[in-house]
Amino acid sequence: MFAPLTWFLVALALLAMVYAVVLAARDKRIDWTVLGAVGVVEVGLIAQLVIGIVQYAGTDRDVSGPFFIGYLIGSLIILPIGAFWALAESSRWGAGALAIACLVIPILELRLHDLWAV
Amino acid sequence: MTDPAATKHGPGRILIAVYGVFALAATARAGVQIATKFGDAPIAYLLSAVAAVIYCAATFALAKATVVSRKVATAAIAIELAGVIAIGAFSYAVPDDFPDATVWSHFGQGYGFVPLVLPVLGLLWLRRTR
Repeated sequence: MFAPLTWFLVALALLAMVYAVVLAARDKRIDWTVLGAVGVVEVGLIAQLVIGIVQYAGTDRDVSGPFFIGYLIGSLIILPIGAFWALAESSRWGAGALAIACLVIPILELRLHDLWAV
Repeated sequence: MTDPAATKHGPGRILIAVYGVFALAATARAGVQIATKFGDAPIAYLLSAVAAVIYCAATFALAKATVVSRKVATAAIAIELAGVIAIGAFSYAVPDDFPDATVWSHFGQGYGFVPLVLPVLGLLWLRRTR
């Protein structure tokens, strides 16, 4: 795993989550700032998938392939669905829903990090 | 009778988001477990699959938010609550039958006990939007 990208994604997703929570607390809908951050995270996740597959193919570590690749692929669908779900809600609760989606990314990235580290 | 669509709006938006995460996580987990090492712990993996189906049903039923789907959601979430309590208790009583964790083992400890809290919130939310 390319650790700097992992930590970057963890940090940016958490920042986006905090921002979404602030929006919800201030009774605001999601805005382009949080959607932009989520978009950057998504691009990073795609890069992570490519890097992960290349590294998995070339490693002799005892990494659980189905789980490792599963987490890499699964992480890609969270934010688009979360953003869609948030955009379709015309209240503060949409921002709250996007915050949940953002929170999932650090959890998945830490699981990936653990799977690779064994 | 209030609008059944109320189920998917407001705080329901967050509830459904969390349900969606669990539907995805449980489905992926059960799929990988059954596909790669079913023989290791068939009971636990079948229960993982049952949990996955229930989470998916609850997510879609809550999100659809019609009069009928609310009934489906209520049933799914009631089964979910019974499941997490029963599996939680069994996993402490007969740990040998659960060599590998399911979503509901130890009352959802591996998922920060969210699986235990979620059905309670779900039923309260359905009641509130009735």
